[in-house]
Amino acid sequence: MKKKVLSILMASTMALSLVACGGGAKQETPAEPAATEEKAEEPAAEEKTEETTTEETATEDTSAASGDLIKVGIINNDPNESGYRTANDADLKAMFTEANGYDAKFAYSLKNDEQITAAQGFIQDEVDYLLLSAADTAGWDSVLQDAQAAGVKVILFDRTIDADPSLYEASIVSDMAKEGEMAVEWLAGQGLDEYNIIHIQGVMGSAAQQGRSGALSDKVAAESTWNLVTQQTAEWNAEKAQQIVQSVIDAGTPFNVIYAENDDMAKGAVAALDAAGISHGVGKDVIVMGYDCNKWALEELLAQNWNYDGQCNPFQASYIDEIIKTLESGGTLSEKTIIMDEKGFDAETITQDDVDKYGI
Amino acid sequence: MSKTANKDESFFKKLVGNQLFIPILAILLLAVINLINDPGFFKITLGTNNAGNPVLSGYLITILDYGSELGILAIGMTLVTAASGGQDISVGATIAIAGSAMLRVLCGGTSRPTELAAPIIVAFLVACVVGMICGAFNGMLVAVFKIQPMIATLILFTAGRSIAAWINNNELPIVPDPKFAYFGSFIPGIPIPTTVFIVAACIVVIALVLKFTNLGLYTQAVGINEGASRLNGINPTFIKFLSFVILGLCVAVAALIKVSRLSTINYSVIAKDIEMDAILAVALGGNALSGGKFNMWASILGAYVIQFLTTTLYKFNVQSDALAAYKAIVVIVLVVFSAPTVRDYMKQLAKKVAPAKKEVA
Repeated sequence: MKKKVLSILMASTMALSLVACGGGAKQETPAEPAATEEKAEEPAAEEKTEETTTEETATEDTSAASGDLIKVGIINNDPNESGYRTANDADLKAMFTEANGYDAKFAYSLKNDEQITAAQGFIQDEVDYLLLSAADTAGWDSVLQDAQAAGVKVILFDRTIDADPSLYEASIVSDMAKEGEMAVEWLAGQGLDEYNIIHIQGVMGSAAQQGRSGALSDKVAAESTWNLVTQQTAEWNAEKAQQIVQSVIDAGTPFNVIYAENDDMAKGAVAALDAAGISHGVGKDVIVMGYDCNKWALEELLAQNWNYDGQCNPFQASYIDEIIKTLESGGTLSEKTIIMDEKGFDAETITQDDVDKYGI
Repeated sequence: MSKTANKDESFFKKLVGNQLFIPILAILLLAVINLINDPGFFKITLGTNNAGNPVLSGYLITILDYGSELGILAIGMTLVTAASGGQDISVGATIAIAGSAMLRVLCGGTSRPTELAAPIIVAFLVACVVGMICGAFNGMLVAVFKIQPMIATLILFTAGRSIAAWINNNELPIVPDPKFAYFGSFIPGIPIPTTVFIVAACIVVIALVLKFTNLGLYTQAVGINEGASRLNGINPTFIKFLSFVILGLCVAVAALIKVSRLSTINYSVIAKDIEMDAILAVALGGNALSGGKFNMWASILGAYVIQFLTTTLYKFNVQSDALAAYKAIVVIVLVVFSAPTVRDYMKQLAKKVAPAKKEVA
């Protein structure tokens, strides 16, 4: 009897794991968060190749054999990290398909060392292009030199790194410092008598954290009426942000601004405010600021529960595609660093159209 | 040697020997530090939250509230540790899986539903089943295939968060019903956090189970000597398996609280590193991580010690990414104090000090 129960359980767990793998491949979600290439997807991709080749040979003569595809290795952060990353990953996956002439492999990790290992793997695989969104700004020099020696062209997207610009072809980035400046400028425009700010930072050392913290730190240093009540990293984590704000509330320290470096952390902070009965939003006690323009966050703005949300444009794939096309046709790029257009939304002026258009 | 001195000594010995001694000492130590630094730490005030309900607030309430998940996990982790002599490092990832399953049922697969797709109780039961399946998977590997617990649970530790993301198609749904948020905050009219009641319920259940069943005895027997317990008619495989399933259930309850706190979860960061805290809670409770005898209450107390420490560090404005370093110090102190050589030395020292005192008197 016991054995029967055990065998049934075993069978069901195995079935579950199988379903998990199969589904993962179908939906093109990464099977593992670590820096492993998506082997599970390869069979599916092969099938697709066959389909497309048969179709295309039937209609026209352009061969879609794998030799003509541009091989790209894409190193990104874990798409589950945030809504921003999910949108970014979906955008890349939609662009770098066989139908668009690419043979793309993806590797995901939130850790720099795992990303570097993945990069070395791609270089050994002799990819044509290495697309990189680095977890950390430091430590990339040697692996990029290896790439250069192997003739792999490197394009940075979303995040910059501390390396010699000659090591990469182009970098398509959000200007995080400018995002921070826009937000701080907006905050200064609110004309409060005194700014007592809870500053909730992202993972320390990331470009987003540095850029978004920089402008605020400068302003706090420059103005006597701007004070940081606390400055803590919540590592993009809503729960941690909630605890940090809770701690300030428990201490009884007055504050009137929450400057969170992403929407998740702002949400956690707001949960702590709600529990303590502190009002927030347009015309209320506490100003809430977030980043990334998640759809739900913009809806909070629309409902005037939050005050400001800075955009961080996740749609870089078309920019990258353009660059690769230019380089493949032998052209040169007019500029190395391409900065994407970004906006900041104010709860008083945001419209439903903005939510639909810019929400991710 | 007078009789009273003898009594004193044995009382002292009993006190130090009691498993609850270390966690209680730690709490007292933290309490004294906070008392000296700022007596306001212990102030509890009655206010109203933004929904207009009366709520208690203050550092002590915060500790009770945020320590809940850890307290619940400590229950299951203690049993797993005692039975298998190893730890489950996948609890954080299984919280993500159970929480994601709960969201999927509540939101019916859409990311922004306007109303609940299923009653909360159904979602919770589904999460319980999912949590128990994950526990059963781990338990199977450990009990039947004799894989080391840490290695066996490494599988879900690595894959769990991706499975959680897959369950909801990588969407991050938000539960629309404010009633769902009660589990992680306050029920209208009751100023005590709901999580406190949930933990209390879990403690009552496990206390009843330990009192009226042989679970505790069998678990200890299996942990101390598997062969001997088998010869005495206990099925070690089943006991180990069961301990992991119970942990799975604890995980589901913790997931309910976690999801309820923000009405949504983020698969990659929810309950991050909570497994290490849960193991630390068991260790703080003075339980041998190699299995065998255990004291459930010491573990639960250990969980609150950790939250007490975390809250204290936040109060002192310690950088939150440095918290782990402070916890590491606690671990080092614990390990050193529980090492046999140090214990022997302490015993000898106590012997030396005791007669010296008498002479003075």
